[in-house]
Amino acid sequence: MNRVSATGIGKSYGPVKALDDISFDVAPGEIFGIIGPDGAGKTTLFRILTTLLTADAGRASVCGLDVVKEYRAIRCRVGYMPGRFSLYRDLSVEENLRFFASVFNTTVEANYHLVADIYRQLAPFSTRKAAQLSGGMKQKLALCCALIHKPEVLFLDEPTTGVDPVSRKEFWEMLMRLRADGLTILVSTPYMDEASLCDRIALIQSGRFLKIETPRRIVAAYPRKIFAVSSSRMHDLLRDLRAYAPVGTAFSFGAACHVTFAADDCPAALEAYLTARGHSSLRVEEIEPTVEDCFMLLSKTPDDGKRA
Amino acid sequence: MRQFWVFVVKEFYHIVRDRRTMLILLGIPVAQILLFGFAITSEVKDVQVAVYDPSRDAVTRQITEQIAASSYFDVVEMLDDASRINDIFKYGRINLVIVFGENFAENLQHTGEAAVQLIADGTEPNQASLIVNYIEGILASYARSAMPAATAPSFTIQPEVKMLYNPQLQSSYYFVPGIMGLILLQICAMMTSIAIVREKETGTMEVLLVSPMKPIYIILSKSVPYLVLSMVNLATILLLSVFVLHVPVAGSLFTLLLLSLVYIFLSLSLGLFISTMVDTQMAAILVSGMGLMMPTMLLSGLIFPIESMPAVLQWVSAVVPARWYVEAMKKIMVQGVGIEYVLTELGILTGMATVLVVLSLKKFNVRLN
Amino acid sequence: MENVHNPVIRAVGLTKRFGDFTAVDHISFEVSAGEIFGFLGANGAGKTTAMRMLCGLSRPTEGEGFVAGYDIVRQSEAVKKNIGYMSQKFSLYEDLKVWENLRLFGGIYGMKEREIKSKTERILHELGLEQERNTPVRSLPLGWKQKLAFSVSIFHDPKVVFLDEPTGGVDPVTRRQFWGMIYEAAGRGITVFVTTHYMDEAEYCDRVSMMVDGRIEALDAPARLRRQFDVDTMDEVFRRLARRATRKGD
Repeated sequence: MNRVSATGIGKSYGPVKALDDISFDVAPGEIFGIIGPDGAGKTTLFRILTTLLTADAGRASVCGLDVVKEYRAIRCRVGYMPGRFSLYRDLSVEENLRFFASVFNTTVEANYHLVADIYRQLAPFSTRKAAQLSGGMKQKLALCCALIHKPEVLFLDEPTTGVDPVSRKEFWEMLMRLRADGLTILVSTPYMDEASLCDRIALIQSGRFLKIETPRRIVAAYPRKIFAVSSSRMHDLLRDLRAYAPVGTAFSFGAACHVTFAADDCPAALEAYLTARGHSSLRVEEIEPTVEDCFMLLSKTPDDGKRA
Repeated sequence: MRQFWVFVVKEFYHIVRDRRTMLILLGIPVAQILLFGFAITSEVKDVQVAVYDPSRDAVTRQITEQIAASSYFDVVEMLDDASRINDIFKYGRINLVIVFGENFAENLQHTGEAAVQLIADGTEPNQASLIVNYIEGILASYARSAMPAATAPSFTIQPEVKMLYNPQLQSSYYFVPGIMGLILLQICAMMTSIAIVREKETGTMEVLLVSPMKPIYIILSKSVPYLVLSMVNLATILLLSVFVLHVPVAGSLFTLLLLSLVYIFLSLSLGLFISTMVDTQMAAILVSGMGLMMPTMLLSGLIFPIESMPAVLQWVSAVVPARWYVEAMKKIMVQGVGIEYVLTELGILTGMATVLVVLSLKKFNVRLN
Repeated sequence: MENVHNPVIRAVGLTKRFGDFTAVDHISFEVSAGEIFGFLGANGAGKTTAMRMLCGLSRPTEGEGFVAGYDIVRQSEAVKKNIGYMSQKFSLYEDLKVWENLRLFGGIYGMKEREIKSKTERILHELGLEQERNTPVRSLPLGWKQKLAFSVSIFHDPKVVFLDEPTGGVDPVTRRQFWGMIYEAAGRGITVFVTTHYMDEAEYCDRVSMMVDGRIEALDAPARLRRQFDVDTMDEVFRRLARRATRKGD
């Protein structure tokens, strides 16, 4: 049976549609990622699923329980880590953990094995006030607090926002281990590179799901060939590419530009065109698209790559 | 139940670790009591008096000396010129000018009448009339003692005034109950509402809501520490007023505590009620500060007597909890009456508390919207 | 980097201690006019503290710094006049309309009325916000807000603009448009000092510095850093360096 199930969820704030016809299911033991920029509706969706808000339309259940009627039962069975820093800043690491254990009617000792892995890294700072922890440490403590009552489903709303790449990677490694223990995890993030770490993802933009798929299939469904182009003069490369008629879209992607062409294949004349504009050390190679490429294709009108 | 106590302990941590707030919470009562007790009194003391005495005879000198000898007045200046009287008030140092008529002693001797003019600074009307009353008293007693019965009118009525309950007319008798009403409300209502709203602001309320913890526990555990704190404050105020300001507790201590406890409950539930209406600490401070403190200061009888208010304000004051508390406390502390005389107030306060608790439990949202 | 001898930002042994904790530990670097300088580091490495010192908001414990030709300690007021600042958290007044924000910040930097007017028109045109001139900033989408905030931060033509995680949470397309604006500003000679957690954005900088435990552990062009560490992405460079960190919980 699905751990989370939503059908036609809608929510409006005045004239603004925060969520529009959201439907999806999450299977037990799955890491389900909701990927999209700030303001796309991720937090609203999480709050509806964690029974903090009621939807205007549609139905949803968590652990087979209705989010509106059986909210009290759901609250005993899920763990929730809101996007904002949600610990008591003036309590120490240990006091925070003990407090949240008691709120869920359990003790740190009874469930220590659940958080042992993560808490070990926090243990040297157990008497330090939560306010004095670094971003990565705060996030680990918040995760411990959300886990200490042995929830069946874990809701993590943007756990890695504002956290540096190394801490983010460590965090995801922890999530992988939790999944191995059978936990079902819903996680939202604005970082597209985290998408490939999820079992399935939903791309969300302006309150609508653009697609729900495994990251691999989303990438495979990219309708065009995509090329990474780099040169000695990256600043000018993007402009020159966009000025080149056969180019469909061109976006910067770190050390290269990701380019698609109207005729799908890369025209042989490209290198000559760029060389004529003073580019040297040219590299053009076909690559597998990233989730970010897919997101941009799905979320915007096709001419964005030229205009932007 | 264990959940509940863990929550209460956590709440105490918050309070104890925030040193500054702690200091304010425990310091406010002491500061206010001492301020009202010593600095802001409505009694007359050290009044600055100037005298214009054109006759300069034995009688005027004697009167002037008597005034100067009293602990209320300092005669600081003898004027040579009546035209300076207006100027001298403008500098603001002088509260009262005494102008003796010309040939004072002579007139008194021959006609039994002599003119004295008292010119007081009317910008503070209460103080001015008090000063004038005192001076009149001194003049009258001088007249009685100096004039032999022969020259006195044959028929006088001499009232003997007796001030019940507060023989020395000390203003502290009047304001200590008022201060208690103010402080308990401040601590309980304001701090409770802030403490709850803070959790909304920091996002921890979200986590608490998505937990099996019952909302009523969250609410109650928030108020326990402030209940304890306000009991400490109550004790501080009582000790200070009895031993420092020498205001006796005439009535039964038990009744006093019972009444205060009801009032504390009422204030706590007011705090809870506010916290269900606002989402930011700023708003909580504004609502409890402006919405509660102002009416309490102005309409509870702490500063202005309710009896002398316009009828409309008297009705409004009926919904100000402090009004009933202060009224009942005055009866118990100063008049020393038994519980049967404050049953009305006790009943009204209990009723208000019940309504507020029910309202805030109804309004407390188990969700965010 | 042609202007190396006349740098717009110069830090010499800049240090900040809080008690016995050294948040920033003798950092030295120079940034030249029109350069896009990426200031990277893990959470708590000391980036924010260093940035505050350079903006004249915090006094260094040791060392000295010059921004736009002014001493960050003795001439901090002059420094503030010549820099722009934008962060992810605060940048615009949400309850003011778009034009009111532009008007306000122009006024804060003492611009002339006529200049404010003409620049407001130009910016609204460039951002395609002409229709939104009377919209409260609150109701703009995040991406537009951030682009507007950037325009506001360079409204007074500062010599340097400090950007603290300007693109956090912004959608991929707008993020790239944002960097287009950064290039354009740099092209006009404005020096850009930027922090980010997106490692692809590190590639867009002319040079990046990597802070670890309060010290600058690496400083070079992204391509050369990749070569130096023999890895393919800046992400890897970052990871290699951050792993050296011993300061954890701070």
